[in-house]
Amino acid sequence: MSGASGPIVDVENLTVDFHGGPKPLRAVAGVDLTLRPGEVLALLGESGSGKSVTLRALMRLLPERRAVIGGKVVVDGNDVRALSKRDLTAYRGRTIAMIFQEPGLALDPVYRLGDQIAEAVMRHEGVSRSAARDRALMLFERVRIPSAARRLDNYAHEMSGGMRQRAMIALALACRPKVLLADEPTTALDATVQIQVLLLLRELQRELGLAVIFVTHDIGVATEIADRIAVMYAGRIVETGQCRDVIRTPAHPYTVGLLASRAGSTLAKGERLAAIPGAPPDLANLPAGCAFAPRCERAQAVCESAVPAEVAVGDGHRARCVLVQGGEVVA
Amino acid sequence: MDQLRTDIASRDRGGPAQPLLAVRDLVKHFGGRRAWGGAKAGARRGAVRAVDGVSFDVAKGETLGIVGESGCGKSTVARLIMQIIAADAGEVVFDGEAVGTRALDLTTYRREVQMVFQDSYASLNPRLTVEDTVAFGPRVHGLARRAAIARAHDLISRVGLDPARFAARYPHELSGGQRQRVNIARALALQPRLLILDEAVSALDKSIEAQVLNLLVDLKAAFGLTYMFISHDLNVVRFMSDRVMVMYLGKVAEVGACDVILRDPRHPYTAALLASMPSMDPDRRTTEAPLFGDPPNPIDPPSGCRFHTRCKLAAPVCAATAPPLADIGAAHRVACLMATPGSGHPQAAPEAA
Repeated sequence: MSGASGPIVDVENLTVDFHGGPKPLRAVAGVDLTLRPGEVLALLGESGSGKSVTLRALMRLLPERRAVIGGKVVVDGNDVRALSKRDLTAYRGRTIAMIFQEPGLALDPVYRLGDQIAEAVMRHEGVSRSAARDRALMLFERVRIPSAARRLDNYAHEMSGGMRQRAMIALALACRPKVLLADEPTTALDATVQIQVLLLLRELQRELGLAVIFVTHDIGVATEIADRIAVMYAGRIVETGQCRDVIRTPAHPYTVGLLASRAGSTLAKGERLAAIPGAPPDLANLPAGCAFAPRCERAQAVCESAVPAEVAVGDGHRARCVLVQGGEVVA
Repeated sequence: MDQLRTDIASRDRGGPAQPLLAVRDLVKHFGGRRAWGGAKAGARRGAVRAVDGVSFDVAKGETLGIVGESGCGKSTVARLIMQIIAADAGEVVFDGEAVGTRALDLTTYRREVQMVFQDSYASLNPRLTVEDTVAFGPRVHGLARRAAIARAHDLISRVGLDPARFAARYPHELSGGQRQRVNIARALALQPRLLILDEAVSALDKSIEAQVLNLLVDLKAAFGLTYMFISHDLNVVRFMSDRVMVMYLGKVAEVGACDVILRDPRHPYTAALLASMPSMDPDRRTTEAPLFGDPPNPIDPPSGCRFHTRCKLAAPVCAATAPPLADIGAAHRVACLMATPGSGHPQAAPEAA
């Protein structure tokens, strides 16, 4: 890893506000992210935590008239918020690409898969159709689709879920992007297929030196794929650090609660799960202080007055919680 | 509510040793075309063989977990038991009485068996309030409106919602977790003895999932219920179940006590499912996928053992012979030729003399 090179993704104080509903809604409330080339970051959170909206902001996929993006978003030297329509087309695909949860919806149902990939290559790189088809074939082999040449002529509906997801990965990698955004790409897959796709993504990431932001709600999936984990809650990153540190020594009560409430293998029969009480907050009516305070067993008066600042717990391990003082969690 | 519990217990007929539910050779094929003549006249070609000869028991008071991937037939089994769809063959016996006969007609049977579905929104009527939703079943079964509403309020508070705040709300005014609580309350409104939970927590966020699982454990103890718990998540099944049944392409692969099966799986598919669970240790990540490819299409399932196309231990005999669900002791049964003595598989024991 070239330590001297700067981050390829640099996000500071990202905010996303949705207008058009009865009340404006702040889905992302000040997210800071940096990603080095070749690094894998997992964004872990529940529905409504803002993890998918953060990804879409990086790609500028949000509806421009209803979603207002604030803060600094720089990807590979591009100021994403300032990109013109034309630059945006070049940016998507060549610099950054995205895969989705439901490949059945993300792929065009009326074009053969090989043609979809070839079209993207021709459009971005101006190569001939046959050269683009060759690239498509190479990509299909790369993502290990059996009998790749024949499968290029398939439509999306002719493939099984796992193969469709492989095809979508091939499409995303068609123009050799530097950053891959993955929005729950394995959530809809069966268990035995999910692990295959995770291993494939890990292998491609390593070989191509991709920087990856992987959105998931599953701690196990994040553990399998990520170098670093960022835990999101109500539009903010509440804890971030090396995968090992976040899983082994979680600092934020929300992360602690998520890990404890898993119906995991350590649990004895008949014991109750240590569930986090309550429900995630309404984004249109966020509390003034820490958004997790109403559900937090260790909340204090100070938690309700102001959003806790991000403080260091360890090397590269930070959390937004008043319980973290002097680099450790006070008991 | 104690009275409710006694009421549920008083409907017991065969005593604790008789299974609450016995399913025998259940078959359901969807679609396909009937052949006109020839040797296979009447048989359907191109049919989805969703459930293909499934037999099992559910003991009184236990939780039977059912796991398997999409297309294995676990949800179809649930719908066949509920008699939402009719079986092609096989029978369902509830506490000693065959379902759909004069001894146990469907109206009576559906009081005894209720179901909670995965999609909490689609399974609620959008035009009924929470209290009307829960009171609907009891009213259809002849309870007066006032009594039905009273029972509904009681159940709404039992599932952890405050009737004063929630009884008059509509489904769209609830979160996913709250809606699933309403679905559970509705399922309990007819005082059933068996509850079928088909991926009932799969659509919920993790922090809410734990709350609903705890609720289900509490309700089971409070009402003396029996559960069939269907899920694709082995962690959740491990938490909930006494016994586990693993299904693959319309057949039972393995069934036995939960801790035995998850500690010492005897079917290669069960072992692969377990090994496919993401590791929770960043230093011991999965390095090799246990299986390659997707589950085959149930329209044209592989011959012999249906798992042989993906099985690392498959021998030529596996493509030719369908393994029986063999008893290997301690109520542990497995459909694998390696566990069947004298099957011809190199790893099978020789036939007992």
